[in-house]
Amino acid sequence: MSDIFTDTFAWLTDPDHWSGSGGIATRLLEHLEYSGLVLLIAAAIAVPVGLFIGHTGHGRVAAVAFAGALRALPTLGLLVLFALLAGSGLMPPVWALVILTVPPLLAGTYAGISSVDPTVVDAARAMGMTELQVLFRVELPNGLQVMFGGIRTAVLQVIATVSVVAYLPLGGLGRYLFDGLVLQDFPRMLGGSLLIAALAIAVDLVLAVAERIFLPHGLSIDSRGGHKAAGDLAAAAPAGAAVQGGTA
Amino acid sequence: MAEAMIEFQSVTKQYQGGQPAVDGLSMSIDKGSITVFVGPSGCGKTTSLRMINRMVEPTSGTITVAGKDVSNEPAAQLRRSMGYVMQSSGLMPHRSVLDNIATVPRLNGVSRAAARKRAEELLDVVGLASTLGKRYPSQLSGGQQQRVGVARALAADPPVLLMDEPFSAVDPVVRDELQQELLRLQRELAKTIVFVTHDIDEATVLGDKVAVFAVGGKLAQYAAPEEILRAPANDFVASFVGRDRGFRHLSFNAADAVRIHPVKTVEAPELAAGNSEWAVVVDAGSRPLGWASPRDGAGLIPGGSLFRRGDSLRRALDAALSSPAGMGVVVDEHGRLVGVLKADEVLALIEETRHKREDAT
Repeated sequence: MSDIFTDTFAWLTDPDHWSGSGGIATRLLEHLEYSGLVLLIAAAIAVPVGLFIGHTGHGRVAAVAFAGALRALPTLGLLVLFALLAGSGLMPPVWALVILTVPPLLAGTYAGISSVDPTVVDAARAMGMTELQVLFRVELPNGLQVMFGGIRTAVLQVIATVSVVAYLPLGGLGRYLFDGLVLQDFPRMLGGSLLIAALAIAVDLVLAVAERIFLPHGLSIDSRGGHKAAGDLAAAAPAGAAVQGGTA
Repeated sequence: MAEAMIEFQSVTKQYQGGQPAVDGLSMSIDKGSITVFVGPSGCGKTTSLRMINRMVEPTSGTITVAGKDVSNEPAAQLRRSMGYVMQSSGLMPHRSVLDNIATVPRLNGVSRAAARKRAEELLDVVGLASTLGKRYPSQLSGGQQQRVGVARALAADPPVLLMDEPFSAVDPVVRDELQQELLRLQRELAKTIVFVTHDIDEATVLGDKVAVFAVGGKLAQYAAPEEILRAPANDFVASFVGRDRGFRHLSFNAADAVRIHPVKTVEAPELAAGNSEWAVVVDAGSRPLGWASPRDGAGLIPGGSLFRRGDSLRRALDAALSSPAGMGVVVDEHGRLVGVLKADEVLALIEETRHKREDAT
């Protein structure tokens, strides 16, 4: 009996497995395409709704309950249901995955906006900002850090879950899992899983870098503890009753 | 009679199913003066303030600013025409100090460069070093943040400044500084300032006029601070103004007539050895450092509060009472020793002042 890890390593490093229409490179691209499509559609729905709920506070209870209910749906069941109802092709499984991706994105967006210090929002309004200015100039930049957390969770979830579309059967790295299962080819299954995990980690790293670039500078100082500066008063003349004397 | 800038006409604010927060408020706020709203929590003073710039909409009644009903103007535009300073600085954490100050000019369409230039000037106006402009709010102390908050409120040069407990979250020493700076600024700028506080001391220090609010949103007394301390309109005002109001009232009487005595000085406490009386220890610039006791070996004893020439009777009495030697130390404008004053003579002067007031009425 040969060692499964050695076999997996051999499977992953075989150049023949990387090229061609069923090769790893193609599957990787398919996987990224599906994930990107799902995220794009989900974000187009979840972000505006999350911004609205976070800013106004309207519909918060309904949204939390609804998002919770969506999260409880079984992935594979939903996928098969959509395929049965809407037929074959790319879009039915994409819609099923969109439904599963909206809740974490919505929650992340909403949490980001509502994490902003209410006194800062109040001050912005009192300065004379319109509601849209408050949202885009104050709440969004200051809520970005928390929002990024939600986005990264959602992205990881999508990259992992998109594998199931191979069950329908479509492409993506999930192919190796389903094919490997049918063929009892365990190195192929394990290799596929490793590739999905590696992709998820790589994408998360890219997002971490993006977060660092997009996060306003003032906030990154804040989150790292910063160096509070005192004693920079130019003209803080001691006023009122000075207390006399005392040893310095 | 001063010209009215802001007028409340039977303004009531009632939240659903509760007591009114503000109940039939009618008052007129003088142009170019500081009017302080003071009262216990829940008296409607902040609600009243926030109705001026429509952060809160009144249930009934009208508020006019410079003769115009505020409800006729779009809220955002109205707010840009008034400076607003709040308890927590409310600075935007993602923007630099300069960009925070430039907020309202930028909203008004002023170019970024011009708005920043104005912001730099304002840093100086509120007594902050220009190097702080590039910092972020989280890198400032509480007192510095409040100064930036004041600069931000002044940026568009609004005629009206609304200040909601702006100094209550900073420590007493810094608060005292900020109060004095606000008075200095006001002497230069002559804005119409509405200032909310729960601290009667702050109210009497800052206010040209003080409005005392009672719980339930009623105006209990609206008068000059001196009058509120001397003649509270009712028991509520009397109890709110508190036990020390007699002492506080002394703030409004000059102590110019108090007698100043010469005092023995030494340059180091050791030099007082063998003295039969208390001596003031002074530095080379004759600024007082403390006291040397007639008893040997006590070293430098920290002094009490200082009485600066031109200060009030309250300061004079406090200087005398807080001094370990029983004599209050008097200094000139540069902090140099002038002499000492005595508690019994200050008390006699207080009595004399009272007689004069009685004769005048």
